[in-house]
Amino acid sequence: MNKEFMIIDNIPVAINGEKNLLELIRKAGIELPTFCYYSELSVYGACRMCMVENKWGGMEAACSTPPRNGMEIYTNTPRLRKYRKMILELLLSNHCGECTTCDKNGKCKLQELAARFDIHRVRFDNPKSKPCIDDSSVSITRDANKCILCGDCVRVCNEVQNVGAIDFAFRGSKMKVACSFDKPIGDSNCVGCGQCAAVCPTGAIIIKNDSHRLWKELNQEDTIAVAQVAPAVRVAVAKEFGYNGENVMGKIVAALRRIGFNYIFDTSTAADLTVMEESKEFADRLANGGKLPLFTSCCPAWIKYAENEYPEILPNISTCRSPMQMFASVINEKFKGEGKKILSVAVMPCTAKKGEAARDEFKDENGKPLVDFVITTQELIMMIKEAGIVFNEIEPEAVDMPFGTMTGAGVIFGVTGGVTEAVIRRVSTDKSLASLRNLAFEGVRGFEGIKELEVPLGDKAIKVCVVNGLRNVEVIMNRMKAGEHFDLIEVMACPNGCIGGAGQPKATIDEKKERSVNLYNADKLCTLKRSEENPLMDKLYEGILKGREHELLHVSYVK
Amino acid sequence: MLLKTKYDLDNAREQYGKLVDKQARKVLVCAGTGCVAGGSLNIYQKLIETISAKGLECVVALADEPHDDDIHEGAIGVKRSGCHGFCEMGPLVRIEPEGWLYTKVKLDDVDEIVDKTICNGECVERLCYKKNGEIYRQQSEIPFYKMQQRIVLEHCGHIDATSIKEYLAIGGYRAFEKALLNMSPEDILNEMTESNLRGRGGGGFPLGRKWTSVAKQKSPTKYIVCNGDEGDPGAFMDRSIMEGDPHRLLEGMMIAGIATGAKEGYIYVRAEYPLAVSRLKGAIAQAEQFGLLGDNILGTDYSFRIHINRGAGAFVCGEGSALTASIEGKRGMPRVKPPRTVEHGLFNEPTVLNNVETLANVPVIINNGAKWFRSIGPENSPGTKAFALTGNISNTGLIEVPMGTSLRKVIFDIGGGMRGDGKFKAVQIGGPSGGCLVTPNLDIQLDFDSLKKVGAMIGSGGLVVMDDKSCMVEVARFFMNFTQNESCGKCVPCREGTKRMLEILERIVNGNGQEGDIELLLELADTISSTALCGLGKTAAFPVVSTIKNFREEYEAHIRDKKCPSGNCKKLVTYQIDPEICKGCSKCSRVCPVGAISGEIKKPFKIDTSKCIKCGACISNCHFKAVKEV
Repeated sequence: MNKEFMIIDNIPVAINGEKNLLELIRKAGIELPTFCYYSELSVYGACRMCMVENKWGGMEAACSTPPRNGMEIYTNTPRLRKYRKMILELLLSNHCGECTTCDKNGKCKLQELAARFDIHRVRFDNPKSKPCIDDSSVSITRDANKCILCGDCVRVCNEVQNVGAIDFAFRGSKMKVACSFDKPIGDSNCVGCGQCAAVCPTGAIIIKNDSHRLWKELNQEDTIAVAQVAPAVRVAVAKEFGYNGENVMGKIVAALRRIGFNYIFDTSTAADLTVMEESKEFADRLANGGKLPLFTSCCPAWIKYAENEYPEILPNISTCRSPMQMFASVINEKFKGEGKKILSVAVMPCTAKKGEAARDEFKDENGKPLVDFVITTQELIMMIKEAGIVFNEIEPEAVDMPFGTMTGAGVIFGVTGGVTEAVIRRVSTDKSLASLRNLAFEGVRGFEGIKELEVPLGDKAIKVCVVNGLRNVEVIMNRMKAGEHFDLIEVMACPNGCIGGAGQPKATIDEKKERSVNLYNADKLCTLKRSEENPLMDKLYEGILKGREHELLHVSYVK
Repeated sequence: MLLKTKYDLDNAREQYGKLVDKQARKVLVCAGTGCVAGGSLNIYQKLIETISAKGLECVVALADEPHDDDIHEGAIGVKRSGCHGFCEMGPLVRIEPEGWLYTKVKLDDVDEIVDKTICNGECVERLCYKKNGEIYRQQSEIPFYKMQQRIVLEHCGHIDATSIKEYLAIGGYRAFEKALLNMSPEDILNEMTESNLRGRGGGGFPLGRKWTSVAKQKSPTKYIVCNGDEGDPGAFMDRSIMEGDPHRLLEGMMIAGIATGAKEGYIYVRAEYPLAVSRLKGAIAQAEQFGLLGDNILGTDYSFRIHINRGAGAFVCGEGSALTASIEGKRGMPRVKPPRTVEHGLFNEPTVLNNVETLANVPVIINNGAKWFRSIGPENSPGTKAFALTGNISNTGLIEVPMGTSLRKVIFDIGGGMRGDGKFKAVQIGGPSGGCLVTPNLDIQLDFDSLKKVGAMIGSGGLVVMDDKSCMVEVARFFMNFTQNESCGKCVPCREGTKRMLEILERIVNGNGQEGDIELLLELADTISSTALCGLGKTAAFPVVSTIKNFREEYEAHIRDKKCPSGNCKKLVTYQIDPEICKGCSKCSRVCPVGAISGEIKKPFKIDTSKCIKCGACISNCHFKAVKEV
């Protein structure tokens, strides 16, 4: 077979179906700088940092030029260096450069490239030297003066999430990213998924940082500080402390205790509770002709999206509260008689959870939210660092009693397909190990945006669909409108599920895959695979929850 | 009248032709935007009234179903024509069959025109164009017209721009008929390729190649898009065609449809051209009414429809991908290429995108053949080109000359040289994307390749002529201001770079230029030109680079000496009263609107420069020329 080749910086490189020069150049081991290129998004071609020079001195943007056989290009010539420096200088001259006080300090692409290209002076006056903050959203904070208009947020919001809360407005040097009618983001149709913050190369969109406020509430005499840690968090922390991604739940527990929490629990426990309730609901709807398909309700960004775009399907959404909110109810019931203030904190991979905690449905009779603080994985990492905890050296600790047991079913909630897998484990009549294995390999796992499977249930088969990335919801909705039937549909707003949540540290697709492998490994190590096997369940149903399941564990989003 | 067959079409042409021929005299009132602004429509109305009052048969419109006795021998036709191009002398009225052209016609002149010309066949000489004591009765004898070769603009000013019937009367839609009935798509493509017609929108891309690429695409849906978003300051070639000869444009698009297999066309016109929009709308409605647009045209299985899309005034929407995005209802922003418009254009389908002037060339090539077309102009840029002459030139207006005509001929022979006593300094060609040409370039041939060699471009054809009182730094600032305003904001070099270039130019003309500014301008220009995403950005810095190249000393004078050599930059001028000349009459202090001048009567007055706003009132009011700009 004739192989196609091209020459990059005088070195022949084989072309293997790469979409553009940029991919090929990076495969060849050259880190071409970019701001606006994401392989998962459409090619925008606006930052012009990835320009390469051809052998005739012509300039081409590597992100948008397909490789051609025999092409000869250079990636690092005097002209290219000059242009890249000038582009960086232009960007810096219109960018709030308060790096030391910026949340993105040390993680900012602009800062990184400015250092890499040795920009040590800016010859133009800067009209945007001070921040310009929009903190109207509970999930994210925007600073228009840090925006470099790469459009990554706009594309992820439109192309991946199909939300369209933000877009470009105005023209030329007045252009900015804005919501409709230039309203604050908090007044828009933003669902709080935070994927915009996850792709923003600068500090223009960051996750709302609540750690400062949380610090003030911790270590108070009259307060019981209770933390719950979501499944996806444990597999995303290690990298930040310099070792390979693995499950570090024990270390997180130890760190949280040092930070000042009295009780630390695992949200997986509440996930088991969710499985119990949701399975019951699903079985009930199946048996009694209830509304189907049943949509899962764990993801608050999905709930918001459904409320905005598909209010008609709200009755199909499970009435189960999310594991975080179920746990919050249980924690509240458990500690409320102790005469102290309860500080209920959830450590989540998610920015939308901040919005969920603030919803009216989840406030107690005094109007106090059942979850006082949601902090994301990123904020947890900041707090660990701020507390001076040497994460690598602390010894793992176990979560606290009385809610110290969980099953593998609860742990896999953190990855797309996890909720479905857990529910099927529960409702399936075949409890053999072989049936568990079958399920794992029959399409419920994996990063595809839409996964479909038929699961035998008694004498019939149920049709299950697993969706991640909100754009894919539209596809399924359209298919349903065209007459297709499903019984159970799991929706997670973020691509790849909660492990890809915007509250997690920035990760490549490979790193996200690693996170999912680690979650499934954690499941493997659990002796208990099915939620109903969790001995805590019986205790809860016989104790705190007795007769109050509906009040404490369910909610209706139907208006 | 619905034309169902070739016979119907021939018949209609003959009938309308006869009716037009019967008119003993035709009065064509220019209804181009310039003359309309000068009141030409009132003149048109009054002409009709006055002629009718004389008891003469006045023909304004031809009937839908023509009959021989519709019009009687000796009738007078009064028509609204398209732009004659000689806007400087408007409102214009042309008299046929004599071919006289009346200039600067006023409402009060109508009676005399009717009395003398219409009734008695006499020429009203006082309305004729005069130059150097000579009176030019014949339009074709006027130097402005004599040296032009009007092919694309041939009908502009000569037929009623609002009537398909008049277009048919002069043989309109003959090229379309030929393309539809006597030629295969391949024949058309071959003819167009053979003609080597190059895109008149600025790029100069061979039309035949573009059409062939689209024709090759397998997609069942294809589009013909006409770019009428003429946005260059001072350019109005496309507007004149759309206003003055709309059917010719439609005919060009329809032929493009046959050649490429497209069934739908869009004309993207800027909303600032309301007259063009209404003329095109009217023309499309007429063509539909006559069955030349729609389904099964002339009894064949060919169908074609044309839509109009108004642009909201963004210059960047003249860029192909921004234009198609705008038609689709999206933000008008260029996208990266590939894929090219011929593969993924409008609504992601293969699309022919040509500008107005290019498409208007098509019918005449089909009618007269590629060989004839190639006989005009140089080998590599055959045909003619329309230019809009503006600036400090005697004859501002619209001209059409063979490609390859020298700049000198255009400016001094056709354009009549500089206005007033100014000396030629430079001409900005190609608008904000082009460069300036100076005296040594005067003998350059105006065609794609010759201009490219000297770092300029034909652009869409705007020629802004500047005399020695023009400041070239200010010219560069003007164009940079334009481009910066019109940048879509997508790519960094254009969005941020043009802003910084404008900032620097502004400080130079305001007397705050710094040492190193010229170098910084050139550095920015190099970055923007090499890295910008679209044509707008890539060419945005050209006016600056070419003015620095040709007039660097002017930049230096502004920066180092804080002086504007042409005295144009107000911030760099101070007003002083020469005490030797001043008689102390106090007139200047009385006219000064800000009270900057004071003094005692009969003693020299003084200007307080901190108060002076440099309005010039003192200069124009001083009888002794004692106030000077320094």
